[in-house]
Amino acid sequence: MTSTTSPPTAGRRSDGPPSRPAPALRRSGRVRDRGASRVFRWAATGAGALILVVLAAVAVFLVLRAWPALTTPAAELTEKITWLRGADSLAAFVGPLVFGTVLAAALALLIATPIALGIALFISHYAPRRLASGLGYLVDLLAAIPSVVYGLWGALVLAPLVQPVWAWLNRYLGWIPLFGGDVSPTARVILTVGLVLAVMLLPIITAVSREVFLQTPRLHEEAALALGATRWEMIRTAVLPFARSGIISAAMLGLGRALGETMAVLMILSPGFLYSFKLLVAGQQQTIAANIAAQFPEANPLGVSALIATGLALFVITLLVNMAARAIVARRKDFSGAN
Amino acid sequence: MSQRIDVKDLNIFYGDFRAVADIEMAVEPRSVTAFIGPSGCGKSTFLRTLNRMHEVIPGARVEGTVAMDGVDLYGNDIDPVAVRRQVGMVFQRPNPFPTMSIAENVLAGVRLNNRRISKGDAQDLVEASLRGANLWNEVKDRLDRPGSGLSGGQQQRLCIARAIAVKPQVLLMDEPCSALDPISTLAIEDLIAELKASYTIVIVTHNMQQAARVSDRTAFFNLAGTGQPGRLVEIDETSTIFSSPREQSTEDYISGRFG
Amino acid sequence: MTAATAPVAPAGDADLRRVLSAVDKGRRRRDRLMTGLVVGAFVVAMLPLVSVTWTVLAHGIERFDAYFLTHSMRGVFGGMDAGGIYHAIVGTVEITLFATLISVPIGLLTAIYLVEYGRGALARSVTFFVDVMTGIPSIVAGLFAYALFAVILGPGVRMGIVGSVALSVLMIPVVVRSCEEMLRLVPNELREAALALGVPRWLTIVKVVLRTAVAGIGTGVMIAIARVIGETAPLLVTVGVIDSINFNLFEGRMMTLPVYVYRQYQQGLVPCAPDAVDCVATINYDRAWAAALTLILIVMLLNLVARLITRFFAPKNLG
Repeated sequence: MTSTTSPPTAGRRSDGPPSRPAPALRRSGRVRDRGASRVFRWAATGAGALILVVLAAVAVFLVLRAWPALTTPAAELTEKITWLRGADSLAAFVGPLVFGTVLAAALALLIATPIALGIALFISHYAPRRLASGLGYLVDLLAAIPSVVYGLWGALVLAPLVQPVWAWLNRYLGWIPLFGGDVSPTARVILTVGLVLAVMLLPIITAVSREVFLQTPRLHEEAALALGATRWEMIRTAVLPFARSGIISAAMLGLGRALGETMAVLMILSPGFLYSFKLLVAGQQQTIAANIAAQFPEANPLGVSALIATGLALFVITLLVNMAARAIVARRKDFSGAN
Repeated sequence: MSQRIDVKDLNIFYGDFRAVADIEMAVEPRSVTAFIGPSGCGKSTFLRTLNRMHEVIPGARVEGTVAMDGVDLYGNDIDPVAVRRQVGMVFQRPNPFPTMSIAENVLAGVRLNNRRISKGDAQDLVEASLRGANLWNEVKDRLDRPGSGLSGGQQQRLCIARAIAVKPQVLLMDEPCSALDPISTLAIEDLIAELKASYTIVIVTHNMQQAARVSDRTAFFNLAGTGQPGRLVEIDETSTIFSSPREQSTEDYISGRFG
Repeated sequence: MTAATAPVAPAGDADLRRVLSAVDKGRRRRDRLMTGLVVGAFVVAMLPLVSVTWTVLAHGIERFDAYFLTHSMRGVFGGMDAGGIYHAIVGTVEITLFATLISVPIGLLTAIYLVEYGRGALARSVTFFVDVMTGIPSIVAGLFAYALFAVILGPGVRMGIVGSVALSVLMIPVVVRSCEEMLRLVPNELREAALALGVPRWLTIVKVVLRTAVAGIGTGVMIAIARVIGETAPLLVTVGVIDSINFNLFEGRMMTLPVYVYRQYQQGLVPCAPDAVDCVATINYDRAWAAALTLILIVMLLNLVARLITRFFAPKNLG
């Protein structure tokens, strides 16, 4: 069980299961302490506050270092930063990157979500009880593999493997714009990236939705079965409606992860800076994170500043997605009719 | 519209543990049969074998026969899903689907089987089922509101409406009033008395007055000790059980000496 | 179809039997289809796991030996059949250890705050933002650490400690979450028993609560380390790349294992002369696979240690 995937605690306090003993103690009025106890309490509270400070600091320092790029006139920027490639402003440069980032993440999510939901259902409602936790652990292992290894695997093993499939798609479904164009002979294209990202998202989406599925009240499942529902019909009438908001937030957590993933994209994708939906053509898209990692080592001070500005954009996007996901989960905890 | 159930040599297991042993009894059609007995004696477990809900629990299994008018419900060619359509069930705690409206809850079972039910038929069925459950007058103005907004007793009657909407032969009730207040309990008991005209009803209850009030026949279950399987001690006319039971343990239980 | 299988059934029951054995073909087909899809999803998910494990093992085992583990890349060039990951192991161990040193006290204290003291708006927002923090992209954490040190020490700084700071941004929320879970498992009776004996609050926490939860905390820390030890992007922008050994966290670039994998991959195939003796065309890829194998072994080892801690040190009969 990893922390990204453990159910969030916001708002949990209200339902107070037996494993949550602390509030009773806490409710006993104001903490009166002195000496070492007071110092200790301050240290603990300080550490808690530090979390908020760190998060704020991330934003502040990014803005500080991005400031030069944000305030320099566009003409000077393009002159000093070689890789701006004729974009006439920073915004015009960030645009295609945001597009590429969202496209890659959306592809990954589209592939991963149905599979992850299937796995979660398999573990929660189909697999024999005795095997279920072991099988769940196998899926969690996918999360233990470092992203750089996924990148290596994607570029050297998966890409050659899927190239014929992409070529086939291009030949027979090429009339769909998504699959059109000159198919890449190396398969270093956004669809391959989406596939690898999807593998990386599987354990996250699976873990969260598995938790939610397991929380479905047994009463509702039995009510459906007693009405003469098959297993799938029981899942459709009792489990899925109950889990809907949980599934949404699981997918959004996955989205947040996909948006920020660097190495797999960096190592697989042949980059380009276009607003292009061509999934099988090389040199079309690039993501913010991969672009930073690719350009950072050789960038001049103004270039670094511009890269940090794009990083700031990524930070804001993922922050919003994650906050939305967490807020949904937190609200769900309060209003779920579970107990 | 109702059937007789014959149980023979029934043993019920959770994994290796035998929870209920050697049950042999008959449930008469169009009557109410009550199961009483101390906690843990396996009466709820036995009830769940009558519509094959027992096997939903992992590791649970059954030996012996449960025959409905001569057809063994555990026969090879029998589909458990079909059995549950013929033998409906109402649970201890009311459990309407929280994401569905009152009307949708009533139709839930029917929708599973027959997706193309015309709007008019659906409305008729909702009204008939809710009337059958004595709930129509209370909810007819808010059929599209969530079922979870009702009181506990109303929710339980909604669950009964949902069960009878599928038109089962038999209705199983697992302590249907244990989570309800006395007034709601009374409403349910009245309902049971009406329903037995058209259904075979089996009810598990902890409340002996309730068993005496609603049932025609009563079965007493007991267990020899913890770790021992539960057994059927005796089954007879309710009046006989409560006035002159054959077994000493039945009398002890009924007179409140244990349990 | 019913008569043959119903020797005891009286004649009138054919209808009932038909009803009870009547299977709605469409519904059953749908149920079977969904079962197939659900099982299929699991199988599909196992394919990449097996493929990754197998290829890393198959490609990596060849160069994975004592020489590889104990030599750096100093003086290695072209297709030379030499070079290892000693410098990268040193860097990874030092940087990760230092990140752990930063994260564990902060994370543990925060968890103690949330469980033992926290209430009101501050506790709620800390809980919420710890969750949000788990979603920070790793490259942004790297940029933050870079920007922080650039403001303090001037731009262009590359050293191990910057990487440690970046990793701790990623590690702290993981530590908080797992420690919090463990502390909440400690039964309230233990706290009350200690307090009733007149033990001050902080000693109760240190001697009773932490003592009881120590195995869980150990497990949580191990898992947190396992999660960040494979991070590449933040180290790429903060610590950089080097071929020789550097033990000093506070000066100069360091190599780390994940970055090493990336670096070797990036250098690609070596153009060897047809008659060259000491030239392996795929040497960079070979080294990348072997380093990836090392990395995966380390991560698996950490996970294993975490499980063992739970198994052998967990207090028995805990609430």
